[in-house]
Amino acid sequence: MPAYLDVLNAKFPNAFTTSAFRDNQRVQLDAETAPRVLFPLLRTLKEQCGFDMLFEVGGIDYLHYPDAVDRYCVVYGVLNTTTGERLFVKAFANDPDPVLPSAVPLWEGANWMEREVFDMYGIAFTDHPDLRRILMPEEYTSFPLRKDYPLRGHGERHNFQHLTRAES
Amino acid sequence: MALKLDDNIFIAQLDGLASWVRKNSLWPMPFATACCGIELMATASSRYDIARFGSEAMRFSPRQCDVMIVAGRVVMKMVPVMQRIWLQMSEPKWCISMGACASSGGVFDTYSVVQGIDRFLPVDVYVPGCPPRPEQLIRAVLDLQEKVQRTGTINAREFRDRDHYEGPTPLATELPVEELVVAPGNYRTGTRLRLN
Repeated sequence: MPAYLDVLNAKFPNAFTTSAFRDNQRVQLDAETAPRVLFPLLRTLKEQCGFDMLFEVGGIDYLHYPDAVDRYCVVYGVLNTTTGERLFVKAFANDPDPVLPSAVPLWEGANWMEREVFDMYGIAFTDHPDLRRILMPEEYTSFPLRKDYPLRGHGERHNFQHLTRAES
Repeated sequence: MALKLDDNIFIAQLDGLASWVRKNSLWPMPFATACCGIELMATASSRYDIARFGSEAMRFSPRQCDVMIVAGRVVMKMVPVMQRIWLQMSEPKWCISMGACASSGGVFDTYSVVQGIDRFLPVDVYVPGCPPRPEQLIRAVLDLQEKVQRTGTINAREFRDRDHYEGPTPLATELPVEELVVAPGNYRTGTRLRLN
């Protein structure tokens, strides 16, 4: 068992589950505990377990996914730059308003990555310093990477004025 | 009574003269957003040498340009920018839609990519290809020169009639949600799940 799991088990008993795929080690937090546990867990990983680098924040929508329990998931990939060890923390969230704590106080690099997750999936991050859309236009109202959003959108892409040659 | 002119005096219509002057110095505004832009740059290089047709002076200020070459896919967020640049260009001006994406959206039939810039701008010449070869772009410039010579007028009267929408008919329906093919499917058999 990796050393960081001893630390996590001592500090957050029964709050998370673990899994592995090939060499990917994962720690999962379900939608009920994630808002409360995620931030202290990331802080513990950073300050006590040596995972000093956040290399990825991504989102997943598990709608219609076989055997999925919670709908949204935010994946934090952390790296221990001394040992090269990697760990993925998966925090789940659910409708109607998926909210998770922001990791920006721990890693400044989470800022834009969390904005992207918010833009694409509509998952809000509390205490984020500047939670705006980053890829889509400001006036856009949908969250395009949700699985119930049509591939071709709701017609937003044609919602512009057209210019005729005489008037331009 | 026959009038004898000196050999160094020519008579032409003013419209034709203006068009002749304009068509041989079409300065492009390179609105290059994707891989077509690389071909656009190659067209200006010495191997293809668009300077042979008077279009080598790429200006990055729309005020100095005659023809906007939209090269590459245009996303929703880019449409207002493109329209603004088009409006900033001074008359007379023309537009070349270069490549499959600018002309029709190409393979990018997604929520964010507009399906052809001619839905929002008046386009004069379309260039097919993904991306088009430099020869095709040169052909488009020659076609535009022919169009300028044929229809051009000194005070741009030919644009006054183009007061209607020239693009394709609007897309009848966007794909409804229940038609949606969604990943993830079963990656072992390569099939995808279909909702409902």
